[in-house]
Amino acid sequence: MSTIAPTRSRRPIYQGTRIPSPIPTVLKTTDELWATGDVLTVNFGPNHPSTHGVLRLIVDLYGEDVTGLEAVIGYLHTGFEKTMEQKTWWKCITYPERIDYVSFQNNEYVFVAAVERLLELEIPPKAIWMRTLLNELNRIHSHLVWLGTSALELGAISMFWYAFRERDQILDLSELVTGYRMHTRYFQVGGLAEDIPRGFYPEARKFCDWMPHAIDDYETLLTRNKIWLERTEGLGLLSAADAIALGQSGPVLRASGVDWDLRKRQPYLAYHQVDFDVPVFPQGDVYARYRVHMEEMRQSVRIVEQCLDRLENMEGEPWIADDRKVVLPPRHELHTSMESLIHHFKIVTEGFSVPEGEVYTAIESPRGELGCYVCSDGGPKPWRVKFRAPSYVALQATATCMTDALIADMIAIVGSLDTVMGEVDR
Amino acid sequence: MSLDATPGFVESSQAHGEETVVVDPSALIEAATFLRDEEGFNFLSDITPVDYLTWGERSVSGYIGTTGGRDLNTPMTQGYQAVPAAKPKRFAVNYHLLSISDEPRRVRLQVWLEDDEAVDTMIPVWPTADWHEREAWDLMGIRFEGHPNLKRILLDDDWEGHPLRKDYPLGGEPVRFSGEE
Repeated sequence: MSTIAPTRSRRPIYQGTRIPSPIPTVLKTTDELWATGDVLTVNFGPNHPSTHGVLRLIVDLYGEDVTGLEAVIGYLHTGFEKTMEQKTWWKCITYPERIDYVSFQNNEYVFVAAVERLLELEIPPKAIWMRTLLNELNRIHSHLVWLGTSALELGAISMFWYAFRERDQILDLSELVTGYRMHTRYFQVGGLAEDIPRGFYPEARKFCDWMPHAIDDYETLLTRNKIWLERTEGLGLLSAADAIALGQSGPVLRASGVDWDLRKRQPYLAYHQVDFDVPVFPQGDVYARYRVHMEEMRQSVRIVEQCLDRLENMEGEPWIADDRKVVLPPRHELHTSMESLIHHFKIVTEGFSVPEGEVYTAIESPRGELGCYVCSDGGPKPWRVKFRAPSYVALQATATCMTDALIADMIAIVGSLDTVMGEVDR
Repeated sequence: MSLDATPGFVESSQAHGEETVVVDPSALIEAATFLRDEEGFNFLSDITPVDYLTWGERSVSGYIGTTGGRDLNTPMTQGYQAVPAAKPKRFAVNYHLLSISDEPRRVRLQVWLEDDEAVDTMIPVWPTADWHEREAWDLMGIRFEGHPNLKRILLDDDWEGHPLRKDYPLGGEPVRFSGEE
């Protein structure tokens, strides 16, 4: 439970609408201001330490007021979607992780889930619970990276060290289970790539016992910190109506007072069987987004603990579906069974075929609605893969949030939208 | 189905627990407005254009097909896939809609376009369409009539062609600073 009292803010909830027109994502300096001759156009980024990667903002300044703003993206575009069309389904699994390299586990899951829906595969319970657990650990990981970097950008340097200390523990857990710290490729179509190692549960328990204290520490440093409040409260306002119109999701939407979480509203994995709350803050400012992130980490720890309770009683259960047309046969069978050897050879070389059809699968990633559209023509390679990247959509709200803002607040506002440029540019 | 009343309705289908509504491109804005205001789909998740050029032809995905697919009584068809059903036009543009309400629902609004056909911009209905449409233009070359800022978003402004099209050559893009310049 949180030891910090609810926010003391009594300011009215912002409900206006101020999406720029005619271009919803570009803030334009008025002609009168241009006529004064005092407007200065500044190029912010793409190589700037506080742009969370390679975001470029073209900012018009009138004194310290931001009067015009346009985001320019694409510096990290690597053509993931085109590349995936050339790979067999099971080779594709490595790509989504690299799209959003901070919440890799969620990205991996959404693609695997989409393929499983086309295949209509039944997933064993152990894999479902482990996927839920890893997705939530990954959510904490992603929020910690966000917290550390965003606080660092606002001058709270020590937050970065604290947040990355706990982040490292999560990566250690990841290494323990999958062998890799990031980009694990642990989710296979059909379940998990390997069984869960025995030492994982006690280590994960240790982390769950420690993490709430760590979050208390963060909140002691920030939540009532005068400087932090001054830098975040009432900034980057986004009303609920604007947030929905601009397609915002995840913490940004919930910080605008919309009680919307796909884990509750359209449950997937084991989320309908676990007990957790969805934090909603109505103020729609940077501070509210911060509070949503902090509260979500606590809830994720709760979910991880419940997953551990279940998983500890599943020793010896299968971790991957028993479908030899899709799932690699167990290694030991290759030495004794001709049939297994053929299946292994077919899956590794040609790949498995996925029935013709199209699906759009959406999950609640740490950044919001992460969608994966997959289209198959019945062959061993995807016909088309498209990711609905929540960061890409979140950046569209920059112009709206930056209306009437000062240049110094830009860092706080852009940071609060929690974008990962790898996912924006794909 | 209530969605049959969508303006410009062509057909609807259910697959994998998802509903797809195909509408005529000329009635897209009316259809979208209807779905938003009457059916409660207040949230545009995503716009996904798909190129179906060479769909169902051999070698695109590396498979060999027959119309019937695998036939146990015909020798040498063991590995064969069924040729997928033909598509009405080259491009499909999918609008994934979501209803943020106490009864969450999703629907896929679909329009079919030929190579030179354009479709109306969705910005007046959902402002979030801005970047989705720019991406669809950039990577797939779908033109959106009335878009106030339809320019490339992920690629360079002087890029030639639209890479996600199926006729875009692989490996054909110029390599900069390769020593041959």
